[in-house]
Order: sequence, then C-alpha cells, then structure tokens
Amino acid sequence: MQPLTNRSKLVVNKKMNFWERIYLPAILKGMWTTLKHFFRKKNTVNYPDEKRPFAPVWRGWHVLKRDEAGRERCTACGLCAVACPAEAITMTAAEREKGEEGLYREEKYAAVYEINMLRCIFCGLCEEACPKEAIFLTDRIVPSDYVRQNFIFGKNLLVEGVEPEKRIDVSMRQKHIQEPKWAVQQ
Amino acid sequence: MSLSLAVFLILGLASVIFSLLMVFTKNPVHSVIFLILTFFSIAGQYVLLNAQFLAVVHIIVYAGAIMVLFLFVLMLLNLNSAAEPKQSARWKLGAAIAAGMLLVTLVGALKGGIQIAVPENTNPQVGLAQNLGRVLFTDFVVPFEIAGILFLAAMVGAVLLAKRDVKL
Amino acid sequence: MSTFFLFDAAMILEKSILVVVLFAITLTVAAYATFGERKIAAFIQDRVGPNRAGPFGLLQPLADGVKFFTKEDFMPNAAERWLYILAPGAFMFVACMTSAVIPWGTQLTLFGKPVDLQVTDLNIGLLYIMGFTSLGVYGIMIGGWASNNKYSLYGAIRASSQMISYELAMGLAIIAVVMLSGTLSLREMAEQQAGINWNIWYQPLGFLIFFTCALAECNRAPFDLAECETELIGGYHTEYSSMKLGFFLFAEYINMFIACAVIATVYFGGYNFPGLDPNWLGGLMGPVVMFAKTFFFIFVFMWIRWTLPRFRYDQLMRLGWKALIPLAILNMLLTGGGVLVFSN
Repeated sequence: MQPLTNRSKLVVNKKMNFWERIYLPAILKGMWTTLKHFFRKKNTVNYPDEKRPFAPVWRGWHVLKRDEAGRERCTACGLCAVACPAEAITMTAAEREKGEEGLYREEKYAAVYEINMLRCIFCGLCEEACPKEAIFLTDRIVPSDYVRQNFIFGKNLLVEGVEPEKRIDVSMRQKHIQEPKWAVQQ
Repeated sequence: MSLSLAVFLILGLASVIFSLLMVFTKNPVHSVIFLILTFFSIAGQYVLLNAQFLAVVHIIVYAGAIMVLFLFVLMLLNLNSAAEPKQSARWKLGAAIAAGMLLVTLVGALKGGIQIAVPENTNPQVGLAQNLGRVLFTDFVVPFEIAGILFLAAMVGAVLLAKRDVKL
Repeated sequence: MSTFFLFDAAMILEKSILVVVLFAITLTVAAYATFGERKIAAFIQDRVGPNRAGPFGLLQPLADGVKFFTKEDFMPNAAERWLYILAPGAFMFVACMTSAVIPWGTQLTLFGKPVDLQVTDLNIGLLYIMGFTSLGVYGIMIGGWASNNKYSLYGAIRASSQMISYELAMGLAIIAVVMLSGTLSLREMAEQQAGINWNIWYQPLGFLIFFTCALAECNRAPFDLAECETELIGGYHTEYSSMKLGFFLFAEYINMFIACAVIATVYFGGYNFPGLDPNWLGGLMGPVVMFAKTFFFIFVFMWIRWTLPRFRYDQLMRLGWKALIPLAILNMLLTGGGVLVFSN
C-alpha cells in the first residue's frame, strides 16, 4: 500500500538490542520531547477574559426581532414551528387589541412563543422559514442550567429589548447568509 | 519515677493489652492490626534499651514486610465468621490438650523461679548498628552465615513450591 | 537505663519549634506540589494550567483545600467503620514522620545560639526512613480493604505488592551507599559529601535503581498502577471523599517531597554545593541549596509522570524482581570490591 504521508513507520517485530531494552535512551528522548513542549506557545484561550471570534454564520441562541418602531415582528404564522425538524417551537397566537399597535406590527401576534433549547438542533430552518424576518439565530451561547424546565425559553428570553442598546445585531449574519439556490432561480 | 520508667510501663502495658486484643478479637484483620501495634510497642522497648538498630530492623522486617504479607493473605481470603469452617469436637479436644500441656510446661518451668542474670555495667552502646555488626561478623560469624543459608534454602523451597510444573 | 531521655527543657523547646516549622514547610511544599504538578502538566501539554485563584493561580492550593473540606464526607454502608477512618490518618502520619531525620542544613545561628537544622540525628537515620516508608503500605492496605470495594482492594493489593517488591531493590541500592560512607546517619553522610564530592559520582547505577524505586514507592507514574483510573476507577481511595481523600492525596505528595529530599541527601550532597559554603548567611545557605535540589527532583518526578505511560502489572513486577534487584546486587558487589581495593 502506498503511504499517505512520509511519516509512516514500518512496524517490525524484531528483537530489541541492548540499548533499546534498557529503555533509558528512549525515556530520555521522551523527556526531551516533553521538555521542548514546555517552551511552546500555549494553545489555551482564557475564555471569559478573551473570546474567540465566532464564525459569522454561527447559529446560537435565537432572537425574536422588533422592527424600527419597536414592534414585535412575529405574527405567529407557525411556519417556523412547521419547518422545525426537532419540533422545538410552540406558540399560541392572539389577536392584537385596540391600543396595542405600538407593541405588535401585525394584527395577529404570538402571545406565547417557546423554544425548547434541549430539543433545538440549531439548524436555522426557522430563520429560513420566517416570512416576517422575525426570528434569527445569534452568536450568543445558550447558558447551561441544572433544571430541564429552565431550558424552555419563552418570550422573555427570546424577544429583544425595545431600547436601542438592547437591540441584538444580526446584520453580520444576514450578510453572510446565502440566498437559497431556488430563490435565485425564480 | 523517672521518665524512662514511665515510658517503659506505658509501652509494657500497651504491648500486653494489644497482644491480648490480638488473641481475643474475632476478625482476623483486626487481629493482624493489633499484632502490628504490639510490634510497635516492642520496638519502643528496644529503643529504651538503646538498641535503635534492632528497633528499626524489627519494624522493617516484621511490621513492614511479614505482617503486610499476612494482611495480604487475610484480605484476599476474606475470612469472616459466616465462612469459618465448623471445628469438630475432636479437634477442639486435641487443641485443649495441647494448650493444657503447654500450660503445664510453662507453670513447671516458672515454678522454680528462673533467675535471669542481668549483666551489670554492660556497654550501653552495644545495641548500635556499628557494634552489633562488628560482633555479628567476628564472634558470631558462623551462626550468622548459617542463618543466611537457612534463608536461602527457604527461598529456594518457596520458589520450587510455587512452580508446580517443575519436575523434581 | 539509657541516655535516650536526657533532654533539657531548652532543647525540647528548640526541637519542638523545629518540628512545627518543618511540619509547616512540609505541608506547604506538599500543597504547592499539587499546584506545581498541575502547572507542569499544563506546560507539557501546551496549556497554561490553573490561573484563576490569585495571581498566576497561586492561591489554587488554598481553594483546593477549601473544596476538600466542604465536600460531602461519604462513607460506604458496609465499610469497616474504624479502619476506614483510621487509614488516611495512618497514611498521613507515616508520611509526616519521615522528615525527622533529614538534615536540611548545617547550623543556623539564632539569637547567638547555634541551632541544628535537623530534628534528630539518629545514628540509623537511613534505616529509620526505610522503616517508615515500609509502614506506608498499611494506610493503603487498610483503606483499600475497609472500603469494602473490589476496586479498592485491587488497588490496595497492587500498591502493597509493588511497595514490598521495590523496597528490596531500594534497600540493596542504599546498602552500597552505606558501604561507601560507612554510616547510616544522614548528617554524617551529608558531611562526607562536602563540595562536589557527591555520592552520585561513585554510585550512578545505585542512584538509578534508587530513583526508580523511589518512583514506585511514591506510587507515581509510570508506576501508579495502584490508582490507575482506566482500570480501577481510583484504586485504593475509590470510596474516599472529602478530606479523607485529601489526606491520601496530600500524603502522597509529602512522600514525594521526602523521597526527593532523601535522594538529594544521599546521592547529591544534601546541603553541599561547590563554591557555596553551607554556613553562609548564618547557615541559611545550606537549606537554600538543599531545598533547591529537592525541588529539582520533585520537578523531575512530575516531568516523568507527564512523559511516560503507565507500566503493565507484569512488566512492573518483572522490572522490580528480574532487573532492579539483580542490578542492585551487582552494584553492591562492585561497590564492595571497590571499597576493598581502594581503602587499602
């Protein structure tokens, strides 16, 4: 068989000679190797202090976006729930009442919107399915917890804040998402 | 009462108590541990006699090696009261007679009141490693070497016993 | 009776202070050895190691100690209660006792009074150390047996048979040194190795044997089969938790410290270093040199641990009985011949 790299070594079951049998040269060689590693560059990233940049297409904790006026974009059409291969999304729709126009963009909105983060596989199909550009996956990591119940994220954890500083930027992600091929062809 | 007398009394009491406990405990592992403690108190007595070499060798050989092997075997066998084989009445009778004869012998021997002549004004440094070694390799060299040969023979015997497939 | 108890009050006070100081140093060194081990492991594996607690993670041992104390103290239902509690204490006690005969330096002049930097100069110092290391087995065996767990028992059996086997080669290696120096007292041995006249130059083979056996006696890699995680979960301390486990782990580091100190004293001249008079700075130079050597060997122990893979059990026994003991006997014979030739 042709070797894939030039580093491969042929295994021979030959008898070891005296120097190989007393092991000491081999041990010293190994210790020299480990000593060299002492002065190598460390691979560690000191996580909370320094963070590695995420890939722009990283898919993490979802966000439910608001529009420029601070109104929730989601209209509870349920397409994301249908698209979800893990069946992680559930929602309850409600009709917008008089005087709530500043809160919800459409006449129908999601009164309850829950994503089970233990089921979610972070595939991003909900984002692709959404006709209102309401749901996006962001570069935030879903935190760990001790209780399973706490992984069902409701609207309080998903909807972004109204204030400009609480808005969650998804422009990087949008820029890098390629249009699906069928959409271009149409 | 001098300090060394007090230490002697404490060590003596400890060795008596530990050896009694060794005999009377049911659990063999506990027995071994009490025996080790007895060895320690005896080693303390050696130190009192300024025989530090003997004390340390006593600990290394008996407590450190032989008793470890004992403990080893006992732990592997995992003896407990449930697994203990029932002794037949004949064995019990035999044991009682043997022990009784030993008692009679001991009482008979002690009745005469043995006087152990304690040599006065011996060299207090006699128990040190240097002096002991010199005596062992000059005055007592023949018994010493014979003891060595005995150990060698025992070792060869043990190896032979362990290797069952060796044709004798 | 004997001259053994002829101490005066001042001497008792002096020795007690020395004992307390030595005890504190031993515990600190052991605590920081755990830290050093983790750092060295990290550096060898291209990591940075613990660096969260305090500057450079220097408070890590403290954090570990607090953690050990606050963990649940669990005892198996069917454990042999008293022996289970006794074992870690016994192991720790034996580990701490050994440091008494090691000469850390010549003499320190404190308040115009010379103070010996050795707790007691037994004329059988080396044997004393051998005796206490041979007792270290009991903590392990009793702990392993009393836990009432198969893995613990296996670990205990492995540890004790390993320690008994390697003790023999260790003793034989030491006899050669004793033949050279003609004394069992560690202080006299250190004094004889003034300057660069170290025993290692006369006993290279003996040193190698002793060093290998010291690794095995301390249950350190590549001879750490007693707590080989892949086969035995945790070995003899599988069932231990909280500070009882801490005692076992801690005592192992103390053992390592003492073993390194003994290696430094017996083979590497103890507090002697060429060009450095151990009496400098009021005798402070001696301990500095001694500790430097000891720490160097601790480093080597750790370096070896993170380099070499573990032995298999039959390999371990073969090395001990079929390689080290014959070599040690050969070394003894050669030394004997050398002493006979050169002393005349």
